[in-house]
Amino acid sequence: MADVTQEQLFEYLCRMGDNTLVLGHRVSEWCGHAPVLEEDIALANTALDLIGQTQMWLGLAGEVEGKGRTADDIAMLRDVWDFRNVLLVEQPNGDFGQTMLRQFLFDAWHLAMLQELSKSSHEQIAAIAAKAVKEVQYHVERSGETVIGLGDGTSESHKRMQDALNLLWPYVGEMFVSDAVDDAVAGAGIAPDLADLRAQFDAMVKPILGEATLIIPEGGFAHKGGKTGFQHSEHLGHLLTQMQWLQRAYPGASW
Amino acid sequence: MKPAEAQIWDWLDAVPDPEIPVISVVDLGIVRGVAWDGDTLEVAVTPTYSGCPATGVISMDIETALHDRGIKDVRIKTQISPPWTTDWLSDKGRAKLVDYGIAPPRAAGGPDCCPRCKSTHVTRISQFGSTPCKAQWRCEECLEPFDYFKCI
Repeated sequence: MADVTQEQLFEYLCRMGDNTLVLGHRVSEWCGHAPVLEEDIALANTALDLIGQTQMWLGLAGEVEGKGRTADDIAMLRDVWDFRNVLLVEQPNGDFGQTMLRQFLFDAWHLAMLQELSKSSHEQIAAIAAKAVKEVQYHVERSGETVIGLGDGTSESHKRMQDALNLLWPYVGEMFVSDAVDDAVAGAGIAPDLADLRAQFDAMVKPILGEATLIIPEGGFAHKGGKTGFQHSEHLGHLLTQMQWLQRAYPGASW
Repeated sequence: MKPAEAQIWDWLDAVPDPEIPVISVVDLGIVRGVAWDGDTLEVAVTPTYSGCPATGVISMDIETALHDRGIKDVRIKTQISPPWTTDWLSDKGRAKLVDYGIAPPRAAGGPDCCPRCKSTHVTRISQFGSTPCKAQWRCEECLEPFDYFKCI
């Protein structure tokens, strides 16, 4: 088993936690605005699960780092360049269909990732994944059904879902591109090989998009730079100004 | 003298869940263990859903209840493994849920009947409900909506 450095493990945990944090915040933006009450509740519950998972991932990241930072410190007191989420999750909500399609693409990756991580050689990572995977199974069931309902719905809902897929599909590739951090954690048996994960993702996503009568855009272009922190889209900074303003304006505030 | 563990379980069985107060935190299956560590009582608690906002309140309620019984040093340990499952809901708890109007979890993924009129003609409104642990269903006979405790 190859060695993984403390920095690499910290980096990997931030990627997991920042994905759920940023998507959890994005989804929470719907609270009070969803098309119907049931969907409002469902979105808020999904966001809540994701924020709960964030507390576990970033809490462990803080422990691994060993500088005394809590999950809250890491979430609220870093700036854009220190975030390690994929670009997909920071993209704006758009309409309800676009939000649900983004959710479905992330959920499918998330489910496959957590299923593998629950077998991780790292005991705490395996425990967090085993907890989170039960929630995410529920998320993907709902997002998948909604994508089918809207894609294979009216001509208007179909058009909107196809537009959303055309917009978001180029963000899928980044979730499966590995770098030195991914290779190190995979080599240590902590996390799965991302190339293997892609096959699981395709097996789940393609039949559902087919049933939704949506056409996957051609070409393999992928927007990248989120999970390495090299270049986030401009949307993340705006999101952080909302999410972090209280801790920035009133440091240490609690209730 | 330190109270026996069986006595402590009894006391904890009187602590209501803050969201569904008809069942206790013991009925819910989230108290995973009690053990003395010197003069400190350690209570292991597992969250139902990782983001459930009731988790903090539950820990506080447990501490308060034990303080009221004269136990000064209480330590709450959060334990996430093995993950909480609705299989840990007690039979007593399941019966109380039905009386309260919440259909208990079933492996089949939905309620077998309406908790009020017992009709089996029920449909799902939403996979999610008023708390992370519940979904919304409706009875097609008495036309009342009701909560279903999700099976995980």
